[in-house]
Amino acid sequence: MKRFSWFNATALTLGFAFLYLPMVILMIYSFNESKLVTVWAGFSTKWYGELIQNEAFLNAAWVTIKVAVFSSTIATILGTMAAYVLVRANRFKGRTLFSGMIYAPLVMPEVITGLSLLLLFIGIGLDRGVLTIVLAHTTFAMCYVSVVVSSRLVSFDRSLEEAALDLGCSPWQAFRLVTLPIIAPAVISGWLLAFTLSLDDLVIASFTAGPSATTLPIKIFSAVRLGVSPEINALSTIMIAIVTIGVIGASLISKQASLKQQRDEQAAARG
Amino acid sequence: MRRFSLIAVPYIWLLALFLIPFLIVLKISLSDAALAIPPYAPQLDFAGGWGAVKAFFADLDFENFEFLTTDDLYWKAYLSSLKIALISTGFTLLIGYPIAYSMARAAPEWRPTLLMLVILPFWTSFLIRVYAWMGILSNEGLLNQFLLWSGLISEPLTILNTNTAVYIGIVYTYLPFMILPIYSALEKMDDSLLEAAEDLGCSRTSAFWLVTVPLSKTGIIAGCLLVFIPTLGEFVIPSLLGGSQTLMIGKVLWEEFFNNRDWPVASAVAIILLLILIIPIILFQRNEQKQREAEGQ
Repeated sequence: MKRFSWFNATALTLGFAFLYLPMVILMIYSFNESKLVTVWAGFSTKWYGELIQNEAFLNAAWVTIKVAVFSSTIATILGTMAAYVLVRANRFKGRTLFSGMIYAPLVMPEVITGLSLLLLFIGIGLDRGVLTIVLAHTTFAMCYVSVVVSSRLVSFDRSLEEAALDLGCSPWQAFRLVTLPIIAPAVISGWLLAFTLSLDDLVIASFTAGPSATTLPIKIFSAVRLGVSPEINALSTIMIAIVTIGVIGASLISKQASLKQQRDEQAAARG
Repeated sequence: MRRFSLIAVPYIWLLALFLIPFLIVLKISLSDAALAIPPYAPQLDFAGGWGAVKAFFADLDFENFEFLTTDDLYWKAYLSSLKIALISTGFTLLIGYPIAYSMARAAPEWRPTLLMLVILPFWTSFLIRVYAWMGILSNEGLLNQFLLWSGLISEPLTILNTNTAVYIGIVYTYLPFMILPIYSALEKMDDSLLEAAEDLGCSRTSAFWLVTVPLSKTGIIAGCLLVFIPTLGEFVIPSLLGGSQTLMIGKVLWEEFFNNRDWPVASAVAIILLLILIIPIILFQRNEQKQREAEGQ
């Protein structure tokens, strides 16, 4: 029997207070009337109004979303292919190098990834802009995707795929009709992970973005370097709200999906 | 053919956008700085034939690495990054372990919610989580207002733009990385082991140290390395929360590149940072391997 003591309750309360209070304070102060972020001067939504009119932020947000959608989608395709290769193809020339290149970017300091990609883009004379950020984000995100997807592929019952092949499916049909639906939850969470990594990234984007394309983190970073501003608080609040709704929504959907699957399996077992 | 393209597409992508860029950094770290765009010499010119290739290799030298040893800014920055990363990993463990431990003791129906609460900050922007502390730690910030109001201090403390703020920022942003592996190790622990230890005369405290902690060892190692490795090259936290005296190598590399535009030196700084990271990365891989083997049994 596990004993949940006063110590445990205190540790959890303090721990979660530490994790959440700073963000709650940030959100509360986004509704502050005063320009001085630390003095409360009454409730107001004026900073949200100013934010909506700030074209530089809106443009940066648009660039960021474009980059995130493209890079996470390409990264999901490449990462799933890479996971398939890692789990299924045991022997081919250069397999060690391949798995090394999948795992190395996960631990590579961002400043080095950014620096090396920038030097490549300059070396081949590629103008820095949306395209170069997408290439950079795709590269490190595909490694995360392939780790997520391969952990699902490992536990996947291969005989299902073999059955499909025996029944006359082409390998591509077997993948599309059997494998993909089963690994879909991992592919979707890989895509979401890639998407948020791209939205969030400051360092690699700073190296690979040119003057023509500024992402939201770059914009936020250059603004907050000068100090705290209520507009940034408002922007942060919107971003935190979107993420919270997204994550809780996704977890509820996946919970329902797994309940449904359980019911289906039980029904199938009863015949 | 299909199998070939399945392997080739991600393979070529990673070769072109991971391995080759890395080799370019290695090469530039061995080149001389030049007042040009790109600001380094020499460049490999295949049109010049074999002679050019030979000249190219003859021009490479370890000058930039020697330069790093002569200017004490660099080795001070490496040492201070190591120190900051070590101390903050220690604090993260001290704070993270009790949280992970308490989560593992909570009623099973509560655990998914608690887990979600730990993961949620991970999905919110890193930059915003660091920024949130700027308003709290500043001289007229909420923490000082609270301490002055409670009468604990009579003058505001200077926390923002010091190393203390950097430690707080690192512990705060990397705490989930510490909690998750320790929690997953503790959750799998068989409670009857603790009962057995107590039946055999262990006190609850010594049962904790002799049974629980050793059984969560892989989680502790994984958590510590997951905090230590990215902290070492951290850029955002020292530049927003740290002050002018906060030396961290990620920041030095950034400034060398963007402000001084000395690409060869920036590349040499990067190569040495990687060399330092190789040991913890290998330790991490071995720890993961061990865990996988233990689970496979």
